[in-house]
Amino acid sequence: MGEEFVRLSDVTKRFGSAPPALDAVSGSIRGGEITGLIGPDGAGKTTLIRLMTGLILPDSGVIEVLGFDTQKNPAGIQASIGYMPQRFGLYEDLSVQENLDLYADLRGLPLAERPAVFDELLTFTDLKRFTGRLAGKLSGGMKQKLGLACALLKKPRLLLLDEPGVGVDPISRRDLWTMVEDLTREGIGVLWSTAYLDEAEACDRVLLLNEGKLLFTGTPSGLTGRVDGRVFKLGGIEGRRRPILTKVLDQKGVVDGVIQGEAIRLVLDAPEPQGWKATDVAGRAAALSPAAPRFEDAFVDMLGGGPGGESKLADAAIPRDQNEGRAVIEARGLTKRFGDFTAASDITFSIPRGQIFGLLGPNGAGKSTTFKMLCGLLKPTEGEGRVAGFDLRHDTAEARNRLGYMAQKFSLYGDLSVAQNLAFFAGVYGLSGARKRERITLMTDIFDFRSILGMSAKDLPLGLKQRLALACAVLHEPEALFLDEPTSGVDPITRREFWTHINGLVEKGVTVLVTTHFMDEAEYCDRISLIYRGRSIALGSPDELKASVAGKDIPDPTMEDAFIALVQNSDLAETA
Amino acid sequence: MSTEAPPTGRARRFAALVRKESLQVIRDPSSILIAFVLPLILLVIFGYGVSLDATRTRIGLVIEDATPIAQDLAASFQASRYFEVAVGRDRRDFEEDLILGRVRGIVVIPASFADVGAAGGSPQIQVNVDGSDPNTANFVQNYAQGVVGTWMAQRAAEMAMRPPPISVEQRFWFNPELASRNFLVPGSIAIVMTLVGTLLTSLVVAREWERGTMEAMMATPVAAAELLAGKILPYFILGLVSMSLCVLIAVFVFGVPFRGSVLALYALSASFLMPALGQGLLISAATKNQFLASQLALLSAFLPAFLLSGFLFEISSMPWIIRMITTIVPARYLIPSLQSVFVAGDIWPMFLRSIAVMLTIGAVLFILAARSTRKRIA
Amino acid sequence: MWWTRLKALIIKELLAILRDPRGRLILIGPPILQLVIFSYAATLEVKNIDVLVLNQDSGAWSQELVNRIAGAPTFRSIERVGSPDALRARIDAQQAIAAIHIGPTFSRDIAAGRPADLQIILDGRRSNAAQIVAGYLNQIVNQLSAEIGAGARGAGQAVTVVPRNWFNQNLIFQWFMVPNLVAAIALLIGLVVTALSIARERELGTFDQLMVSPLRTHEILIGKVIPPMIIGTFHMTIYILAAVFIFGVPLRGSLLMLYGSSIFYLLSVVGVGLFISALSMTQQQAILGAFLFMVPAMLLSGFATPIENMPDWLQPITYASPLRYFLVIVRGVFLKDLPFNEAMNNTIPLAIIAFLTLAAAAWLFRRRME
Repeated sequence: MGEEFVRLSDVTKRFGSAPPALDAVSGSIRGGEITGLIGPDGAGKTTLIRLMTGLILPDSGVIEVLGFDTQKNPAGIQASIGYMPQRFGLYEDLSVQENLDLYADLRGLPLAERPAVFDELLTFTDLKRFTGRLAGKLSGGMKQKLGLACALLKKPRLLLLDEPGVGVDPISRRDLWTMVEDLTREGIGVLWSTAYLDEAEACDRVLLLNEGKLLFTGTPSGLTGRVDGRVFKLGGIEGRRRPILTKVLDQKGVVDGVIQGEAIRLVLDAPEPQGWKATDVAGRAAALSPAAPRFEDAFVDMLGGGPGGESKLADAAIPRDQNEGRAVIEARGLTKRFGDFTAASDITFSIPRGQIFGLLGPNGAGKSTTFKMLCGLLKPTEGEGRVAGFDLRHDTAEARNRLGYMAQKFSLYGDLSVAQNLAFFAGVYGLSGARKRERITLMTDIFDFRSILGMSAKDLPLGLKQRLALACAVLHEPEALFLDEPTSGVDPITRREFWTHINGLVEKGVTVLVTTHFMDEAEYCDRISLIYRGRSIALGSPDELKASVAGKDIPDPTMEDAFIALVQNSDLAETA
Repeated sequence: MSTEAPPTGRARRFAALVRKESLQVIRDPSSILIAFVLPLILLVIFGYGVSLDATRTRIGLVIEDATPIAQDLAASFQASRYFEVAVGRDRRDFEEDLILGRVRGIVVIPASFADVGAAGGSPQIQVNVDGSDPNTANFVQNYAQGVVGTWMAQRAAEMAMRPPPISVEQRFWFNPELASRNFLVPGSIAIVMTLVGTLLTSLVVAREWERGTMEAMMATPVAAAELLAGKILPYFILGLVSMSLCVLIAVFVFGVPFRGSVLALYALSASFLMPALGQGLLISAATKNQFLASQLALLSAFLPAFLLSGFLFEISSMPWIIRMITTIVPARYLIPSLQSVFVAGDIWPMFLRSIAVMLTIGAVLFILAARSTRKRIA
Repeated sequence: MWWTRLKALIIKELLAILRDPRGRLILIGPPILQLVIFSYAATLEVKNIDVLVLNQDSGAWSQELVNRIAGAPTFRSIERVGSPDALRARIDAQQAIAAIHIGPTFSRDIAAGRPADLQIILDGRRSNAAQIVAGYLNQIVNQLSAEIGAGARGAGQAVTVVPRNWFNQNLIFQWFMVPNLVAAIALLIGLVVTALSIARERELGTFDQLMVSPLRTHEILIGKVIPPMIIGTFHMTIYILAAVFIFGVPLRGSLLMLYGSSIFYLLSVVGVGLFISALSMTQQQAILGAFLFMVPAMLLSGFATPIENMPDWLQPITYASPLRYFLVIVRGVFLKDLPFNEAMNNTIPLAIIAFLTLAAAAWLFRRRME
């Protein structure tokens, strides 16, 4: 076990009169390890990190970082830590090299060492080709790597990373993880804050925060041990998975359930189902088989379980005729060129009514471009995209009335209150009078907005922002939903709730196009197109994609394995 | 690079901050616009456009009296270099023009003009001016007085009568041709430095808070003082460069005289940039928001530099409470000194006093800015 | 249907500006401060003048002259100096704007009927104020001169100039400045508010949300145009009320006409703002861009100095400033009962500017979406 780099004793911090952001937190971070700082949004993760940098001071309690007290000697700390804030702290109008030079100077990296260090970091982060590019023009994953490189310039003893994985594709995240792991071998202590629980699982130790309180500290296996023997896979399902998931979640003793390809993953409150059988809910061939517990299972269990399977939103939706057979969203040879750069090339697919279609791919691969062409934000250079039979670039407002849109940043008006946001989106989609009031009341009830109607949207915690964004996107009962990384940065509980609503709507005949970086979200999709370097390199159901890469090395690949393997295969084919 | 002795950490950090800031200035077209294009526009406007001197004001001249003496006075008006005269027989000819602003005044030589004079009375002429612009109205009145005065003197000489008992000789020192350009151009240089020093600086620092780069900076070994100094130096230099450009154009293009010394020019400008930059830093630290920063900079720096500095409007004519406010406006101290550097020459006692006051205001603002930019983010 | 959408957008725009207390403060505080400071500080009148006297004459006439100057209300103080050097030093340091140098033979010359010389020295660095002061001093001297002459010759031939100030009998400067401000305030605030509107949504990422909604491009533009116009009308109304009830500026023309043409004025200001907004990538660019237009537009509008004083080649540029036209209308309606025809003549160019800028903004806006 490494030396204790950070010692927290009874740290409390309040902002204003709200309940404390951190409440008597004690714990430690050791050198040579990756410590995961885990918790839902608003749990106090960022506050804790800022306290460690000395940028804010605790109201009570003591924080010692590398032997310095943050109250007395913040300069001593700041000289020997590396810190990557959530927004990476890059200057967007400086180039990659200029950002590196700046931080090298600020951190006092000797000139003589620079060529070697830069070379190492640029190789390490694979940014060598882009040294002249402005940071603002990099993709999310590249920005994050550059942010990390800047934080690593002068080998810090302690590296603080605030949600480095948000909005970054699995390949970049895996790269980053490998880099950080290498660092720990040199004795560096790393604090990695995250809402991605697969990352948490790989940490050496975790600190689990919820509502400012430290719920758990120890090794991830210590936490997963809590659900040992209570995790199952429900296979052999007959019919559609989504209604079955809804049913299963309503069974007694079911703590959590998510779709995993053709199967459903369940966490129960006991080693056996109490009072129900797999065959009752999922058809004759259904069977429960034990599965290896994951961190996320334990996390959800610890926070009191996921939401139920019922979506009031879906219950209130009018069912649409599903047997129309006609594709609701269609991409025909979509191509977009910016100058001589082809961002998307000949993308073709169609999504029948009542299906979820996923666009996956590394950052900057062209999935956003494809997405934007389909919802009418970008004009394709060639080909066409149709939604419910309309080309959104030309067709009327009535056509656009049929689609709901929810963007990465949740695109709410921060200066407006919750009620005002709802009223605005209702109005923009042509709802008025009684119908407008009725829909807004319905959304308020379903999403439980009543107590926060007067709050500014910008002051809401991330999870609530996301709910509000969803409410605004479905107010007008669209036929098709466009979701662009709809759960980016949101914790697993909120994410489950979100998917419960989406699943419910899809069952009522809504068609969904989604882009995502969460591989477990990809599992919810009926079909997936994997976009890489502007082309669709694979198209199929999650299980088909997984099967396509199964082999000796990985007999039972996860979605993430499939993703990485497919991208690598494409690279191989390219070089061959 | 490698042959130099390695600079100390502090010096290198500082150089890095300065370099970063300079690159950002160069990359953003809007900073170039404010630092170089707007100054040019201002200079052209103040050099050519905004002239307070009413040269060739249009007036209507109504001659109701056909006698030679009245005609002679009318000819004097027509010959005046201050007026562009339209002649009429009836004042109603010009009433509409006066309402529409096509003429600024109507001079009436009444029918009784010669008769009153012949009868030994004091003849009168009427000057009706457009009072909706009081400044121009005053000028028209004064010029009309001048025309009449000159005319009387000439007539007296012609008729070999006694000259007027007092002959007045007017001398406008420093600026005998009374070109308002000569005092407006130096004044506009102060405005330019206010824009670069306060508006631009407050915007760029507010942007760092908005984009979260300030947080990353603060978590590095950089001291708060270095951070502030690193922000200031590039804009200090930019302010001086922009000022120098203005001076060159003022002198070589507009022909504004430059009678003082370059030393005085730079000493004054540098002292003025201190409070300007301090104010910019303070605004951005207090607002951390670009929209608010821009509005505050406009209100607390640009408008005072324009209105409360004696640039266009005489401070002595303002109500006392506003005169009090002007004492804390740095531009108020710069502008008279700068005007002197251009048209009068070095008047060091005055300059030194201005420099001392500006540096004092600057010091107060810097202390306030440093206090609100301690290395804390919340 | 389109009205529901548009209404939602307009309400949203207004809320986005007004809901934040700091935003409300910015829209209310500065305009009031500007009204007070501008109307009291921005005066080209010259009052409270300090004048130096170098009197080398010991006779009665010089004393009479000095007394008359001291008695004039525009002069605050008279300081006697003993030597030309002292005079020079004080003028240099701008401790006085003017000086009177009375030669040693002044009274004797007058008594002897010789022309008596008097020198008035003025600080040409402040040429405008200096000229006005020269005017005041000359008037006093001429008056004295006329009286001396009259005394010596009996009834003289001196021609008196009888000034008569139309529209503003006492040449009250605020009657000039406050109506100007009614026009200027809409430019000052409207331009920045509009310029930020699109740039801000772009930076915050809500812009795409608008673009995928059923709102058409022209609806978005209309939705962005109307709120600043409402705010501009509000500011103008406040200023008009202040002009009439606080500053006592007479309102002689038709308010209806004023508001009628203000629609086109506001449209043209907002059009320029939207154009800048569509052109800018960031808020900073929008703010500075608005500024870059605003300053010349103010200075070249005739706001502070008459356009006819500008050189001929520069005057055409003033046609691009919406303020130029609206100033004629506001001043005219307040003080002169401006005829309808003339108001039309100045409203049509505003309509043209509005049309051109809005069309350009719409074009840029569409092009940016490609």
